[in-house]
Amino acid sequence: MKKQEPKGRIRNFDEVALGYTEEEAIKEAKRCLNCKKPLCVLGCPVEINIPGFITKIKEKDFEGSIKVLKDKNSLPAVCGRICPQEDQCEKKCVLGKKGSPINIGTLERFAADWEIKYHPPSPKASADVRRSFNESGQKREGKKVAVIGSGPAGLTCAADLAKIGYNVTIFESLHKPGGVLVYGIPNFRLPKNIIDLETDYIQSLGAKLEINFLAGKSSTIEELREDGFKAFFIATGAGLPYFLGIEGENFNGVYSANEFLTRVNLMKAYRFPEYDTPIRIGDKVGVIGAGNVAMDSARCALRLGAKEVTIIYRRSEAEMPAREDEIENAREEGVRFELLTNPIRIFGDDKGWVKRMKCMRNELGAPDESGRRSPVPIKGSEFIMDIDTIVCAIGQGPNPLLLATLPDLKLTKKGNIVADESGRSSIQDVWAGGDIVTGAATVIEAMGAGKKVARSIDEYLRK
Amino acid sequence: MPFRIVEAKRLSSITNLFQIEAATIAKKARAGQFIVLRLDEKGERIPLTITRRDPAKGTITIIFQEVGKTTKKLASLKKGDKIQDIIGPLGKKTDFGYVGKAIFIGGGVGVAEILPVVEYAKESGNGITVIIGARTKELVILEEELRKLAPRLIVMTDDGSHGRKGLVTTPLKELLTAEKFDLAYCVGPDIMMKVTCDVTKEFKLKTLVSLDSNMVDATGMCGTCRVSIGGATKFVCVDGPEFEGHLVDWDLFLKRQKRFVNEEKKSIECNEANAQCRCRA
Repeated sequence: MKKQEPKGRIRNFDEVALGYTEEEAIKEAKRCLNCKKPLCVLGCPVEINIPGFITKIKEKDFEGSIKVLKDKNSLPAVCGRICPQEDQCEKKCVLGKKGSPINIGTLERFAADWEIKYHPPSPKASADVRRSFNESGQKREGKKVAVIGSGPAGLTCAADLAKIGYNVTIFESLHKPGGVLVYGIPNFRLPKNIIDLETDYIQSLGAKLEINFLAGKSSTIEELREDGFKAFFIATGAGLPYFLGIEGENFNGVYSANEFLTRVNLMKAYRFPEYDTPIRIGDKVGVIGAGNVAMDSARCALRLGAKEVTIIYRRSEAEMPAREDEIENAREEGVRFELLTNPIRIFGDDKGWVKRMKCMRNELGAPDESGRRSPVPIKGSEFIMDIDTIVCAIGQGPNPLLLATLPDLKLTKKGNIVADESGRSSIQDVWAGGDIVTGAATVIEAMGAGKKVARSIDEYLRK
Repeated sequence: MPFRIVEAKRLSSITNLFQIEAATIAKKARAGQFIVLRLDEKGERIPLTITRRDPAKGTITIIFQEVGKTTKKLASLKKGDKIQDIIGPLGKKTDFGYVGKAIFIGGGVGVAEILPVVEYAKESGNGITVIIGARTKELVILEEELRKLAPRLIVMTDDGSHGRKGLVTTPLKELLTAEKFDLAYCVGPDIMMKVTCDVTKEFKLKTLVSLDSNMVDATGMCGTCRVSIGGATKFVCVDGPEFEGHLVDWDLFLKRQKRFVNEEKKSIECNEANAQCRCRA
């Protein structure tokens, strides 16, 4: 797949990966063996009929292809871009055993983009989708379901329930729906117009959206029950930023990745002062962590004009949790990597601005509970790094705000919601899914959880 | 669903009172809480205290001073105009309950935050003394409203154009020397809150302050509003905005308040040069 050249792309926030042309897509689709027992489907958390949609592309029936995709996945343009296919469907592809697996993600993206370009979802098409689901005998009598959070888990669950006739309201605390897809993932990886289109589509299926609504504050679950809601899906994500817990992390110029990315992506601070939200970026930026959020932060920092951006990670290259593609993109763009390095103290000037950071080198020890080899500090390896902006991308936890209003809700030690296989919590009419249950994970896993919960809520409400 | 301004009033040359339709917020809001608003598609999210609420009418009242680009633009709106986004009520509500004798110190537009808290304190049965201060007579707000609630109201101006001349800490020291109080509650410019806390600390008087910080989501997600309270990092948006003043690391707070000072300047300049500036085109 073609990409924007690194030299040019670090000066803009436009999408880096350019996708397939029609010819390229058909050529790639033709490589698919259309296996009788497709293993790829087993690797897909939302069970897309992968050979099915690829066959349609092969036949140049792009409309048919998107129909197959949307049967299981309400957000194909998103998934085609940001799913870790290399660890899921593509990992299972038989062709991968001897050569390279089918580029399933890029094909999914192609079909979704084709639809956006030539066949944008219309109210009529959505009505057809609803009708087709209802005709298959799945009509429900419009019971009210509250979906809290409009990220990937919430949107998926809302779409699946709306399709079969439930009266679904999605509650979102920010002014725009999409959750992490809008505040977290940068435009160069996931253009924001795509999320607008996908959330419009879900609303066209009949789901209502209430923005500027903070569950627990705007209304409690109990008040929503009084308003007639029969089932609740808590999909509030991993919204609590973790800081390093070292001295100096409250100096000016130290951001949580959440703050940094929200300012840039949701609030469009990269277009300040045209947009009102400011962001301050220095010359030398250090991003702590090596997950996708860290790569996104580092690449945003470059685009905001930082001269030098360094990823600082306590383990080695092999343990970096980010997608390989994203690490490669970051490298191509000139992001530096200080691996096996651990920050231990941040220093600032007398006005409170970050100036330097003291780090220590690590070596790898025995595997820890995550199964990855653990970092062990090397005595006497301390060194000082000049730095004027720090982004902490070391993970996010569950936001306790709503959960604290539900004393009967069982939580894990880390504060995540305890949910069973079907996503059901310790409260009878409350389900949970996505990062609020699993801790920070992937978009597609959250979508998978949303799907399961939709099924379970449907079963419960039909009783 | 935009939020309509049903009343727009000037309280001084830089202070404005808006009554805004926001029925669900009016129903839920309590003293001490705030909203976050965003004016338009390109706007930033800023927190503002809810001064009054009218659940029957479905309105809330905010009082704000023109300091940054957003408050300047907000001030230019008129009755009938709409604000694109408002979320609230946010933050913890005031809940000190009955303490006995309470003294309230408000400075500048901070007086708008003192008013609902004084109402709350009165309902909770506390004895009430209020000191308010402003640079000059013209900037004194809500004096009449507070006089109705507080048997003892002391007004201070820096230039002596109204009430007594001097800072709020002068009568505060006098009162604390003469009488015993059970709680102080202070809202105003950052430096005034710090200085007030220095005074009450001498008298070992528990003091609550309500902090105002730059915020983005204001739901505990970004951590930009973090402060150090008794050595622990807290977020003003969800853990506050009220904190025990003697536990606040004021030095850190004052420094953090300046983290976007250059950008804010640029933003105002850009707004004022709007005629020539193409950034809004």
